[in-house]
Amino acid sequence: MSFNLLIVVSLAYVAFLFLVAFWAERRARRSGAGWLRGPFVYTLSLSIYCTAWTFYGAVGYAARSGLEFVTIYLGPTLVMIGWWWVLRRLVRIGRTQRITSVADLISSRFGKSTSLGVIVTLLAIVAATPYIALQLKSVTQSFSVFAASGGSIWGQDDLNTAAIWVAIGLAIFTVLFGTRNLDSNERHSGIVIAIAVEAIVKLVALVAVGVFVVWGIAGGPAAVLAQIDQSPISSFQPAGGRWAAIIFLSAAAFICLPRMFQVLVVENADERNLRTASWAFPLYLMAMSLFVVPIAAVGLRLMPEGANPDLFVLTLPLAQGESGLAMLAFLGGFSSATSMVIVSTIALATMVSNHIVVPIWLNARTPGATMSGDVRYVIVLSRRLSIAAILALGYLYFRFSGTGAALAAIGLISFSGAVQILPALLGGIFWRGATRVGAALGLITGFAVWMWTMFLPSFGADVALSQAVLDQGPFGLSWLRPHALFGLDGMDQLVHGLMWSMLLNTAMFFAGSIMSFPRPLERFQGAQFVNVFEMSEGAKAWSGRGASAEDMLIMAQRILGGTEAQTLFQQEAAGQGKSGYLPDVSPDFILRLERELAGSVGAATAHAMIGQLTEGAAVSVEDLIAVADEAAQILEYSNQLEAKSAEQERTARALRDANEKLTALSIQKDAFLSQISHELRTPMTSIRSFSEILRDANVSDDDHTRYAGIIHAEALRLTRLLDDLLDLSVLENGQVTLHLQSGQLTDLLDRAIGAAGVHNANLGIARDRASEEIPLMTDLDRLVQVFVNVIANARKYCTVAQPALRIHAHEYGGRQVVDFIDNGHGIDRENQSMIFEKFARIEDEGKAGGAGLGLAICREIMARLGGEISYLPGKSGAAFRVTLPEPVSKPDAQVLLASQ
Amino acid sequence: MGKRVLLIEDEPNIIEAISFILSRDGWTVHTHEDGETAMEKVRSTPPDMIILDVMLPGRSGFDILRDIRADDATSALPVMMLTARGQNKDREQAERLGANHFMTKPFSNQDVRDHVRLLIGEPD
Repeated sequence: MSFNLLIVVSLAYVAFLFLVAFWAERRARRSGAGWLRGPFVYTLSLSIYCTAWTFYGAVGYAARSGLEFVTIYLGPTLVMIGWWWVLRRLVRIGRTQRITSVADLISSRFGKSTSLGVIVTLLAIVAATPYIALQLKSVTQSFSVFAASGGSIWGQDDLNTAAIWVAIGLAIFTVLFGTRNLDSNERHSGIVIAIAVEAIVKLVALVAVGVFVVWGIAGGPAAVLAQIDQSPISSFQPAGGRWAAIIFLSAAAFICLPRMFQVLVVENADERNLRTASWAFPLYLMAMSLFVVPIAAVGLRLMPEGANPDLFVLTLPLAQGESGLAMLAFLGGFSSATSMVIVSTIALATMVSNHIVVPIWLNARTPGATMSGDVRYVIVLSRRLSIAAILALGYLYFRFSGTGAALAAIGLISFSGAVQILPALLGGIFWRGATRVGAALGLITGFAVWMWTMFLPSFGADVALSQAVLDQGPFGLSWLRPHALFGLDGMDQLVHGLMWSMLLNTAMFFAGSIMSFPRPLERFQGAQFVNVFEMSEGAKAWSGRGASAEDMLIMAQRILGGTEAQTLFQQEAAGQGKSGYLPDVSPDFILRLERELAGSVGAATAHAMIGQLTEGAAVSVEDLIAVADEAAQILEYSNQLEAKSAEQERTARALRDANEKLTALSIQKDAFLSQISHELRTPMTSIRSFSEILRDANVSDDDHTRYAGIIHAEALRLTRLLDDLLDLSVLENGQVTLHLQSGQLTDLLDRAIGAAGVHNANLGIARDRASEEIPLMTDLDRLVQVFVNVIANARKYCTVAQPALRIHAHEYGGRQVVDFIDNGHGIDRENQSMIFEKFARIEDEGKAGGAGLGLAICREIMARLGGEISYLPGKSGAAFRVTLPEPVSKPDAQVLLASQ
Repeated sequence: MGKRVLLIEDEPNIIEAISFILSRDGWTVHTHEDGETAMEKVRSTPPDMIILDVMLPGRSGFDILRDIRADDATSALPVMMLTARGQNKDREQAERLGANHFMTKPFSNQDVRDHVRLLIGEPD
């Protein structure tokens, strides 16, 4: 048989598996998993328990130790039949807590402890390494068998080379399979279905070889039984202690092994699958073990002395010239190895990335940094690297452990490492008193003892431990001898190591738990895990009894909104074939509704709501806590909303204000137009009337002159008014051009007093020239305009016998101000606020000869100049304060000029 | 003595103009400038008609008109209103309050004379 053909067939088989996985994943995505995640696929996926060790090694085991190999099958069988409720508890916890691995379970149970996650991960990797080496070894050996049958005898170097290639191939295979997509629930539909196919292949292969051996070689069952009687197999006496130890070991490993946890708990899609698996998986194991003894017995009789019994499954058909059957057997073994390696490395890689890489990576980053896209990338990358690293470790173990050790021995050492998790695992899910400290102490102790008594010695003398240490103990401490701890000599090495590690592990676990005090989160998680069935309704399918569709609809409308809820119900009704009516409250519908609600109010609240409607169930403590949790989140959210709505309130208020202002402005505009109309029409009336008089009538010369004078004066008034209006308009629109000049305040006041026509009136002016030595850099003409206005106002409105105006410059509030205070009657309090408005002349219409725009213009001018004009209340007469413009530095002045 | 026209107006130049026009035609023109005391003037020396400005210091022409129409002694007096705020709502308000005529400034002298005649006939 051609070795190359074997390679081709292997690759074709792998490609086939890949296609199956690919198809299954696509199907699961499109139309739901269906039977792909049903009980039989689940049962078959459990068969990764039967690795190459079981496929090849069981026969070897039987050839060396008789029926002891059965113990490897008895453990899981006992668990499935007698302890399925432990599994159910694990599955339920895994579901409700969204557990991703056994490390996650332990970490989560003990207060989400990072350090425990790391410990379990390291332990699991170290414990799995021999097992992966075992798979490499069995695949490599099976290759060498075919090579030998093709005429080339492989040396150790050839085996090593082949092992490297197998490891690399498996790494690529697993990376392709296991990290293609990143499910939030760590479920891999494609892989599970591929494993199920492999489970069938290995069973068919082993049974085929068995049938061939029994009927093709030995000549029927009776003849086989006779041969078994004659073989050394029948003469082995079962060693009670070792049997018990291995049954315990395989049972515990069935629960604790990371890969078993992966298929049992993480990949479990439905708790009810366990019910089928509890009888179907033992049957599978029985079928797998049925022909082990016959093959071993016939192999021992037919194969030459010294032939490796671990390879009888392959060598027997080959020796008989049945190369097709041998090929099938090879594929069976290949399946066993690959399925184990794939699931194992995926489970371990998940643990490494979730409990070691991601925490480190997150810690290394500044807190609060966003982590969306990169985390995914980091996780996938870390998983791929972990897969490669774990296989590399397996290869190294393969190289350094020597090649002589039997498959079964390596497997048991690996099992013993994995079961160190058992006390923390069982204690965690059954004992609320278990604490993080206890779990850590137990795990570390068990790990250390296992390393010392089993793992390190497994490499053989002088590899990890020197012969001297093995014989005399470290530093001559004989009570620490790896195979005779505490002087317990002469025991079976497996039983010895297992007993001490489990004993000390369990003792430390209990002692640590009793002596330490759990943190609040540990207590909370402990209660959740231990009381998982009482507390969570999560995994239970809703029965739907007691719930009316109306109630459901009302609730759904309250939460989802009318349209959405009705659409949902209509769709469901249409799906049930009762369009136009309310749908039946089927369990499926309730689940769907719960999911929809969860999208809006959170899973726990949705669950509690549905629970109350369907069963009238009291809300559990867990539900309450979860609801409180969500309420906190919602509160947070609503606080944000509140902040937003306060903002909107402010905006609305601002808009309302703006609107009022606009309305007021529009009213003001009307009033303004009306005022302008009045102010324009009044002089025009005089002009028109008198010009008509002059035109039409005989008017005396005196009157003629007088009326012409009135017309002239009114025309001037009209012009002034228009000037003021234009000035104000320009000032208000900011289109004014300022001409910055430097000058002295005292000069400006001189100019203003002159321009205000004071010398024609009897207004006395009091000044303090010394205080007026203030240099200014501003539009001097505009400032003078303001002063003129204020002084002219005093001249016009100060109607006492001896009108006087005091002008006083001084510093006020860090600014230079000029006060203009007369000794008149002042301005009434109610009018003070409006004197700066347009047309605000107060009760003296016409008298002042202005249009009432003066102070409005002053206010605008001062605003442009960067100063201010205001009325000073509390003085006896009218009092105005002009706050002078801030001194402007030259560059700023340039900017000011440039901007205007 | 000719018919008396009371002019209630606060703009000196307009008072002078209207007084001149109407006096020349033979009317006796009395004037009053303050809104607040206008009603007292109306009652103390009842005229044959009133020319009433709207924007007066102290009290608006509309308020005075309302009082004139409310008082039996004066309610039948012809009233011509003058306003410089040429807005329709002022005209409407004047009509509603019972003004006999409404005139917007600036007016033509002829219009004033015609309407006074229309309201109270010839000055004799």
